Amino acid sequence: MLDQIVFYFFAVLAVISAVMVVTRRNVVQSAIFLITALLATAGIFLQLHAEFLFIVQVILYAGGIMVLFVFVIMLVSLDVSLNQVQFNRQWWLGLLLALVLGAQLTIAVAVGRAGLPLGEPAPAKMLEPSTQLVGRVLFSEYVLPFEIASILLLVAMIGAVVMAKKKI
Amino acid sequence: MIPTSHYLFLSLGLFTIGVIGVVTRRNVIVILMSIELMLNAVNINLVAFSRLVGSVEGHVFAIFIITDAAAEAAVGLGIIIAFFRNRETLLGDEMDLLKW
Amino acid sequence: MNEFASQHPILVVALPKIVVLLLVLLTSLAYLTWFERKVVAHIQSRWGPYRVGPHGLLQPLADGVKFLFKEDVTPAGADKFVYFLAPFLSLSLAITSIAVIPFGPKEFTVFGQPTPLAITNLNIGLLVLFAITSMGVYGVALAGWSSNSKYPLLGGLRSSAQMISYELALTMSVVGVILMAGTFNLSEIVMSQQGFHWGFLPRWNLIGGPMPQLLGFLLFFTAAVAETNRAPFDLAEAESELVAGFHTEYASFKFAMFFMAEYSSMITVSCLATILFFGGWLSPFPQTAAFAWAHYIPAAAFALAGLALIFYGIRYLTMFGRVVLPVLGVVLGALALLFIRPGVTEFVQGPFWFLLKVVFFLFVYVWVRGTLPRLRYDQLMGFGWKLLLPLSILNVVITSLAIVLTQR
Repeated sequence: MLDQIVFYFFAVLAVISAVMVVTRRNVVQSAIFLITALLATAGIFLQLHAEFLFIVQVILYAGGIMVLFVFVIMLVSLDVSLNQVQFNRQWWLGLLLALVLGAQLTIAVAVGRAGLPLGEPAPAKMLEPSTQLVGRVLFSEYVLPFEIASILLLVAMIGAVVMAKKKI
Repeated sequence: MIPTSHYLFLSLGLFTIGVIGVVTRRNVIVILMSIELMLNAVNINLVAFSRLVGSVEGHVFAIFIITDAAAEAAVGLGIIIAFFRNRETLLGDEMDLLKW
Repeated sequence: MNEFASQHPILVVALPKIVVLLLVLLTSLAYLTWFERKVVAHIQSRWGPYRVGPHGLLQPLADGVKFLFKEDVTPAGADKFVYFLAPFLSLSLAITSIAVIPFGPKEFTVFGQPTPLAITNLNIGLLVLFAITSMGVYGVALAGWSSNSKYPLLGGLRSSAQMISYELALTMSVVGVILMAGTFNLSEIVMSQQGFHWGFLPRWNLIGGPMPQLLGFLLFFTAAVAETNRAPFDLAEAESELVAGFHTEYASFKFAMFFMAEYSSMITVSCLATILFFGGWLSPFPQTAAFAWAHYIPAAAFALAGLALIFYGIRYLTMFGRVVLPVLGVVLGALALLFIRPGVTEFVQGPFWFLLKVVFFLFVYVWVRGTLPRLRYDQLMGFGWKLLLPLSILNVVITSLAIVLTQR
């Protein structure tokens, strides 16, 4: 019962704040709602017994990446963009296509969910110490992707420095 | 007991909202944030399936996706700052330097 | 009652614990401001607060009343929602982080329900603390932005850049400890530091383990001072250049909330330094027969402090002080008598040593503030990225090498 309350609370919170992200005029408010959506997702991770991912989500996503966003928003001036038209000229076409995509996905899940083994997830015991398990899998089976990810981060860091520098 | 399909519905809802944000908004920062929303929706899917199957590989992939999101945000925001310095605008449809 | 307790452990055990801890924490926050003003004043050859109560002991109360009754101005053009959100966010996050700190080893029993000396004992306690710290940036950054004024904006920008930069060094500097303990659980990290070199030198992480973490501790504490926006890294509120930085436009209780958040995170950092590097609640004396007298140190310390207070208090300047100080002394003496009783002596050991170490770190915080000049902003960034971060990575490499070599 508690499980359900937690899940639906965070799910509704995530969806509402996601809608706010794309509809707010003020970019900082968008960012705050995005942070809320990310934290709600983190709550869902916790409800799924993914403790480590919950922490990664909060530290890296909500506490790291979003701070970058807020930082950049504060750097670039806002007053001009508040009075501009917020949606582009083809917004109705884009909205239509996006809704079609959403409908397709909904139908796909609705049809396919009969094939999902209903209500019998793996025993919770197996996922209990998920921090250690994630570490072991990450550094044994997925070492190569891990190293590639670190190179990706290095490239991104150099790229960001080069982009944002006034003169190279 | 929450059926896995509910996680999928939540995830596709967030994904669709993200797509709507990307295709309709003009502000580049909001577009970037909508992309983050889409990546996040995918993570919910991965973790839910990981719970269903009973392995932590979904978590590992979600961590990779978060890494990717960090890289993407850093480069994207770097581009935005560089562009704002040159053109004084944040609107996506005014970024038409390559459209001669 | 016991039956009720076993059915509703949250109501009977957890909730009262939270209430008690919150009361203690808020009181100690108030008296931390008094402590800081006194210590800084004595460093600068002044007396500090002296008028309100004996030795200014009632100053925090007066400050609180003043904060409550000041006019609360909201600047024109401020983003109302964010402007109100920022102080709440700061304070609630700062206070939440205390919840995972274990204050002692003993489980005590309330109505038949055993419970640890902490609000919760999480398996990922350390990570949760870092998660809360990383969210703390928003309070400052959003406060700076929403005030719609240039000095707060500059303060917010500076602090968000500073906190992201030093968070890296902060997190990397504790990796050595985590590697040696093999867990994120704060209680288990403390338990891994038991034992003594040559029978008398405690094997705390600072000087024990496969690789002593002296470097790790220095990096941790430096980064933590920067992370809590304290002098000499208080660029976010540098009064000589930015008026008051991010909280320039805040008045009344909202300002007090920022203030309390800062002091609360000071306490958290001191607790964390104690747990990670100084053996948490472990006593510095071995548990052998030769050191049996060490058990009475808490009682002796309280008794001495009480006697000194009485002796000094009866000759105090004002009549009020001549009453209050001896009464305080008598209370301390009564506590000392209580500590001698057999069951209580054991129970008090852990919290006593823990709080003693925490108070020491709080003193170091204030000491640093009273001694060092503020850094320039480019020096601050250069220090974080070019010195602290490489050194902390070096520390991780050396520690993991030492662990691999000693485990052979």
